[in-house]
Amino acid sequence: MIYQLNNSQKEIQKAAKEFAKGEFDKDLAYELDKNQEFPEKIWKKAAELGFIGMCFPEKYSGGELDVLDNVLLAEEFCRKDSTIGSALMLSAFASECLLRFGSNEMKEKYLPRVAEGEMLSGVAYSEPETDAAFDSLKTTAVKDSNEWIINGEKSYVLNAGMAGFYCVLCQTNGDQGTSLILVESDREGISAVDKGEKLGLRMTATSDLKFENVKVPLEHLIGKEGNGRKQLQTVLDESCILIASLALGTAQGAFDRALDYVKQREQFGKKIVQFQVTQHKLADMATKIDQARAIIYGAARSFDAGKRDVKLACMAKLIACRAAVEVASEAIQLLGGYGYMTEYEIERFYRDAKNMEILGRAPANLRDIIAASVIGRIK
Amino acid sequence: MNIHRGLNCMDFDLTKEQKMIRDEVRRFAQKEIAPRAEEFERTGDYPYEIMEKMAELGLMGLPFPEEYGGMGGDWVSLHLVIEELSRADANFGAILDVTTSVVGQELFVFGTEDQKQKYLVPIARGEKIGAFGLTEPDSGSDAAALRTTAELQGEEWVLNGIKQFITNIGLNNASVVLVAARVKRDANGEIISTFIVPKDAPGFKLGEKYRKMAMHASATHEVILNNCRIPKDNLLGDPNRGFAQHLAVLETGRISIAAMAVGVAQACLEEALGWAQGRSQFGQPIFNFQAVQFKLADIAVAIELARNMYLKAAWLKDQGRKHAFEASAAKLYASEMAEKAASDALQIHGGYGFMEEYPVSRYYKGIKMLQIVEGTSEVQRMLIARSLSRGPRN
Repeated sequence: MIYQLNNSQKEIQKAAKEFAKGEFDKDLAYELDKNQEFPEKIWKKAAELGFIGMCFPEKYSGGELDVLDNVLLAEEFCRKDSTIGSALMLSAFASECLLRFGSNEMKEKYLPRVAEGEMLSGVAYSEPETDAAFDSLKTTAVKDSNEWIINGEKSYVLNAGMAGFYCVLCQTNGDQGTSLILVESDREGISAVDKGEKLGLRMTATSDLKFENVKVPLEHLIGKEGNGRKQLQTVLDESCILIASLALGTAQGAFDRALDYVKQREQFGKKIVQFQVTQHKLADMATKIDQARAIIYGAARSFDAGKRDVKLACMAKLIACRAAVEVASEAIQLLGGYGYMTEYEIERFYRDAKNMEILGRAPANLRDIIAASVIGRIK
Repeated sequence: MNIHRGLNCMDFDLTKEQKMIRDEVRRFAQKEIAPRAEEFERTGDYPYEIMEKMAELGLMGLPFPEEYGGMGGDWVSLHLVIEELSRADANFGAILDVTTSVVGQELFVFGTEDQKQKYLVPIARGEKIGAFGLTEPDSGSDAAALRTTAELQGEEWVLNGIKQFITNIGLNNASVVLVAARVKRDANGEIISTFIVPKDAPGFKLGEKYRKMAMHASATHEVILNNCRIPKDNLLGDPNRGFAQHLAVLETGRISIAAMAVGVAQACLEEALGWAQGRSQFGQPIFNFQAVQFKLADIAVAIELARNMYLKAAWLKDQGRKHAFEASAAKLYASEMAEKAASDALQIHGGYGFMEEYPVSRYYKGIKMLQIVEGTSEVQRMLIARSLSRGPRN
């Protein structure tokens, strides 16, 4: 096996596959996607079995597993169903803010509840006018005796309206610095404004969040004051690997379905898999998928080894999301008219893939980072 | 020097009439359709009131003579109209494609005088909608493998079979579907003939509405013919050439799909350009970034090329010249460039792009269909390759 998975990794892969096979239901997926609903029951079950927050330490109800283990999980889940799989894997999105930088109290209080399927987590950083460097934040947190008072508006917050808490990137100390602050969703003054109908990933909520004089204790500061932007970038770097894995599974799932179909479907007196063009399409699709897989596993291993190869993580997201979009598009094509119908699921994978491409770090942002890394300092 | 405008010399100008109708439809589509396109797509309700207005403008029968309820226009004009409608909402381009380019034309070219009066005139006037029945569950790209049968029993044809992915037949004002079916000749074999099957014929059953990725305002149904009885006179054209007739009008359908794709890509370009100029990041409009500029430049080039391709194919058709290659090439190129245009336009919008509040996500979902209908991209490549093997085109 070229990927050199060890036995415990193979076990995780197998467990994820079995869970997805047993729990992800096609008709349910159609309904949830149509109505933009979170797969709550499946999520609870996944949490019960330890699939949520798998990388958390055991003392926080996690499995103390590696980034690569999480990759394998995401891949298998999305392979079976891109939308349900993503919703589950993104349910703990940005818990890493706490995991990496939070105080022990925060971790003890929130991480187990995320892992046990009691609450979703969210991170609020984008703003209507902000850019990828988060240089011009309008959301502010001001110290008032023993509290932060937060005001502002965040856009495109994943899991918004459903999460138990948000890690909110705020301008603190005037223009000088930014900080991440933990805000429970039931604090007074928070409101979520639904963004309406989405193209894909429709089981994962996306909303704007408004903060009006929201007060939280000073201890809710995550990590160091003034380090918010840096901490967030670290978490986003890591999220590239996760989102790339969702895309990888999505591509593989679309490929599996197309392969099944072309082996059965007869036109012009033979199975369409017998046509050279079909074969070469499959070859290209498989090549793209394995290319993505190799680079994702490589990036995950670098993180697990403590080397944190951010460039590789960015490359993984860039290549895997593109692969997912292209493979899903080609898979629809192989199914012809059937591909456009919801019955065959690939149209949903295609929509989800495009959303993954924009989720977290968008391609332009990824290219900026990769370019900066390969160019180095310009003299 | 003798210059024949628009006839035999190289002339890229539209005629006065062509410009007029394009501009009129652009105004109409931008005013009446574009603001409601999101609503049509979301509800999936067929916009009958817009259809009525299209009929009033004479669009449904545009290329047919006035005596058959048409406007006596040309195919270039019809396709300019399809582009403009699709730029506002591709569902409306799809209506003209099926009803006018394909069904209306098949009735016009192959129908008897009686058939034209009875079936074409109401379609050309926009009172009725026609549907096209070729695809079957086991016969998609391999259209010749169709299994639906027709048998003459006394004064009636009796049809049996299933037709799949039939656009618009589920509409209240749909009147007929043109069905290709096998007819037993003698011991020697079968022929494929085409029949005009009224929706209210005994034995005609409308199957379930398909659930699609998008293009919801354009309903797609299965049609089940179970001992469906139609009058003997409803045989369309030459009984020996039913399949060829059916394929011949699909050639025009391909030009129509190309025009639709260009319309949607044009809308993508406009949305992306507007967004790039209005959206500021890193202290300046994102249009200032070279990476964004180049994406927009590539979209614009692809649109220009695809538009010229469909116009050339339509023009050849107006001249009565062969255009199979041009129609396939235009359809193939336009539908593929449009997917890239939509994908890049969405990318330029960033997170906003996947919210249905912004039209680009709708364009993105709709466009994929254009690579499938009227012959998939793969079928176009087959046809093009086949035409190459027959030697030089001109």
